[in-house]
Amino acid sequence: MGNLQIKVQPKKYDAVIVGSGAGGGMAAYMLANAGLKVCLLEAGPMYDPAKNVMQLKWPWQSPRRGASTALRPFGDFDACYGGWQIDGEPYTQHSGTQFDWWRARMLGGRTNHWGRISLRFGPDDFKRKSIDGLGDNWPISYDDIKPYYDRLDKLVGIFGSKENIPNEPDGEFLPPPKPRLHELMIKKAATSVGVNVIPSRLSILTKAINNERGACFYCNQCSRGCTVYADFSSSSVLVNPALKTGNVDVIANAMAREVLTGSDGTATAVSYVNKDDMQEYQVNGRIIILAASACESARLLLNSKSSKHPNGLANSGNVVGKYLHDSTGAAMGGILPQLYGRKRYNEDGVGGAHIYSPWWGNNKNLDFPRGYHIEYWGGMGMPSYGFGWGIEGSNGKYPVNGQKKEAGGYGKSLKEDYRYFYGAGVGMAGRGEAIALESNYCEIDPNVVDKYGIPVLKFNYKWSDNEIKQAKHMKETFREIMHAMGAVITWGDDGPDNNYGLETPGRIIHEAGTVRMGNDPGSSALNKWNQAHDCKNLFVVDGGPFVSQADKNITWTIMALSMRASEYMVDQLKKQNL
Amino acid sequence: MDRRKSIKALAVGSLSAGVLLEACKNPDKKADTVKKEGDQAPGGIDRTPEEKAFDQALMDRTFFNEHEMATIAVLCDIIIPKDEVSGSATDAKVPDFIEFIVKDMPQHQTPMRGGLRWLDLQSMKRFEKAFKDCDSKQQLQLIDEIAYPTKAKPEMKQGVSFFSLMRNLTATGFYTSEIGIKDLGYVGNKPNQWKGVPDDVLKQYNLAYSERELKECV
Repeated sequence: MGNLQIKVQPKKYDAVIVGSGAGGGMAAYMLANAGLKVCLLEAGPMYDPAKNVMQLKWPWQSPRRGASTALRPFGDFDACYGGWQIDGEPYTQHSGTQFDWWRARMLGGRTNHWGRISLRFGPDDFKRKSIDGLGDNWPISYDDIKPYYDRLDKLVGIFGSKENIPNEPDGEFLPPPKPRLHELMIKKAATSVGVNVIPSRLSILTKAINNERGACFYCNQCSRGCTVYADFSSSSVLVNPALKTGNVDVIANAMAREVLTGSDGTATAVSYVNKDDMQEYQVNGRIIILAASACESARLLLNSKSSKHPNGLANSGNVVGKYLHDSTGAAMGGILPQLYGRKRYNEDGVGGAHIYSPWWGNNKNLDFPRGYHIEYWGGMGMPSYGFGWGIEGSNGKYPVNGQKKEAGGYGKSLKEDYRYFYGAGVGMAGRGEAIALESNYCEIDPNVVDKYGIPVLKFNYKWSDNEIKQAKHMKETFREIMHAMGAVITWGDDGPDNNYGLETPGRIIHEAGTVRMGNDPGSSALNKWNQAHDCKNLFVVDGGPFVSQADKNITWTIMALSMRASEYMVDQLKKQNL
Repeated sequence: MDRRKSIKALAVGSLSAGVLLEACKNPDKKADTVKKEGDQAPGGIDRTPEEKAFDQALMDRTFFNEHEMATIAVLCDIIIPKDEVSGSATDAKVPDFIEFIVKDMPQHQTPMRGGLRWLDLQSMKRFEKAFKDCDSKQQLQLIDEIAYPTKAKPEMKQGVSFFSLMRNLTATGFYTSEIGIKDLGYVGNKPNQWKGVPDDVLKQYNLAYSERELKECV
C-alpha cells in the first residue's frame, strides 16, 4: 500500500447503510421497496444459508465433531462467522471491569446466530423510570410501535399463542409446536411453583407465509442456517428480497471507518476499508444509516470527528457509548432420572425450546428491579463433541437397568450406561433486564488501533447489586423447578462466591443503549425517530438507540424501530426535509 | 429428486416435508450437489477460507507416533468394544478422531502423551512389556486399577485421570460417529413433521396435552 489514495464510488446513493443485520437489513428492505437507491456495507463476506450449508449435516462431517473453535465459538456447525475475539480487531478494558464484545462478520450479521426468540416489549417496558425510578423512559410508547410489530409479525413470520398477559403483548402468531416430553415435565413442575409457562415465540415458519420461503421441517438446526429460509435471518428474509428490487448494491468485506460530514454538519458519506484489496473507499449518500451493532455504531460515531462535530458525531450531549447494557444471564442443568432408558423417537422439533416462561414476578415483593424470562432445553438431541463426557460422575450414582455399578468402568457395561443415560438431560437459563447506567460505557481507546488503523473501543462495565440479586433469584427459582420435577442438579448450583453464576457482561450478546434516543439532546443522541439530534440525515437503527431493553431479546424491537424509522426517512425525503 | 431441484421446487412454493424427505433419500447425490453450490470443505460443511487453512494445517501435522497410536487403539477398544448392538471404537475410527482433536485442542496433548507413558511404565514394571504388547488379561488387570475412580488406590490416581480422559475422548468420538449414533438410537436430523410426544410415551409418564394445546398447536 505504498500509494494510499481514497477511491470515491461514483454512484451517489439515496441511503448508505452500515451493517446488514436485523436493523440494516430491515432498512435496506424498506427503503429499496420505497424506490430509493441503497448502498449496503457489510464488514464480512456474502452469505446465503441455501448455499453455505450446515443444515442436516452429521457430527462426523466436522473433524472436531461440532466442537467450538475461535472462529465459531458456538460450535463448528454454527452458521455465524464471528466471536468475542476477532483476529486483528482488538478491544480493551478499563482495569477491574470486563465486557466481552461479540461481533458477527457476515451478511445478515448476528441474525445468523440468535435463537429466533422474538418478543415484543410491553407497555411497561417503555416507561420503567415511571415505575421504579431507575434509568429513563423511552420517548415513545407501546402504542407508537405496536403497528410496526404487527406488520413485522406478518412480514417475517412468528409462532406463539395469545395469552393476554398485560406486559407480554400478543402478536400475529402462526401456530406453535406442541411441547416435547421434558417440556411437559418442566411445564407441570414450574406451574406448580408459580412460574408461568407458555408456548415460545420464535420467528420460525410453522406454516409457509409466501412463495419465497418454505415451512419448518423440524430439524432443530436454526443456528446452522435454514436452506429453505423457514426461519428468520436478515440475509434470507430482508436482504435477498431487497436485492431483487434492483435498488440495492451490497458491498461485502467493507469495514466502515468513519462517517464524513460536510461544511454544514450534515452527513455526506461513509469511508471504509475494502478487506479484499485493503484500499480506502468512500461512498456518498443523502442519508447515512448506522446498523453496525450497538457498540460498533457508537465507535463509528466517536471516530467521526470534524470541526462541526468535535466530540464525535451525534455526541454534543456526550452520551454516545454510555448506558451500555447487556441482558443478565445465569443457568442451571441437571438430569431427569425418570427419563433414563427412555423410548427413542424423533423429538428434534424447531430450533429452540417449544416453551418459555415470561416474567411472572411482582417487583414490589422483591429486592431487585425488573425481571427475567426463562429459556429451557433438554431431550434427545443429536450428539456432538462433549457427548458422554464425565460419565464417571453419574454411572455410579444410579442403577442402570436395575443394576448398581461402580463409577467409571469400560467395555460392554459402559456402552449400556451411555445408552441408558441418553436423553435425560434438562436445563434452564434466565435472561433478565439490567439497568442502563451512565457508568457502563465504551469509549475510544486513545492508544490502540485495529489492523485497519481504526481506533478501537475501550470498555468499562460492572454489574450492580441489582443484577446480582436478580441472578440469585434466578438460581432460587431454577432450584425450585428442578426439585419439583425430581431432577438432579449437576451444574450451575451457584452461590454468592461467583455472583450466582451471573454471566460476564457481553456474554448474552444483547448489548444495547450506546446511542440512545430521547427528547432531550442533552441526554440522548437520537430523537424518537432514530435520527441524530445533531445531524438530521444520520440515523441509527441497531441496538444502540435503546433506552432500556426489557427482559426480552431485542431483535424484534430493533426491526420494528428500523421499519418505523425507514418510513419516517421516506416521508422526510418526500417533504424535502433531509 | 436431487437437492438442487428440490430447492428450486421449494422456491416456487411447493414446499412440504414430503418433498424434502424425497430429496434426502439420495445422500450421495446430495453431497455432490452441495459441493458445487457453496464453499464447502471435504466434509461438505460451510467453511471460511481461514477455517479451511486452519483445518488443513492441523491435518498436515502428526502428533502421536506409531507406538502411541497403537496403544490408543487398544485402549479405545477396551473402552468401547464390539457388542450385540454395534461395532467397536476402532471400527468407528475413534483413534483418528483422537489424533485430530488433540491437535485442535492442545490442552489434551500433555495429559494424553504423559498418560500413555505412565501406562507403559506401569506395564513395564509389572509385565516387562509395553502396554500394547501385553496380553489382554494383563491389560485388563492394569486397567481395572485405573477405571474406577472411587475405588482406585491413591498411587494410581494419575492413571485414573488419564483413563477418564481416554474414556471421555473415546465416548465422544464413538457416539458422534455413524456407528455410535445408530447405537444410541438417535433418529432425528431429517425432515419431518413434529406432531408431539407419541401417545404411548405420554401414557408411560402419565402426561397428556391440554385441550388447548391439541386445538392450537401444529
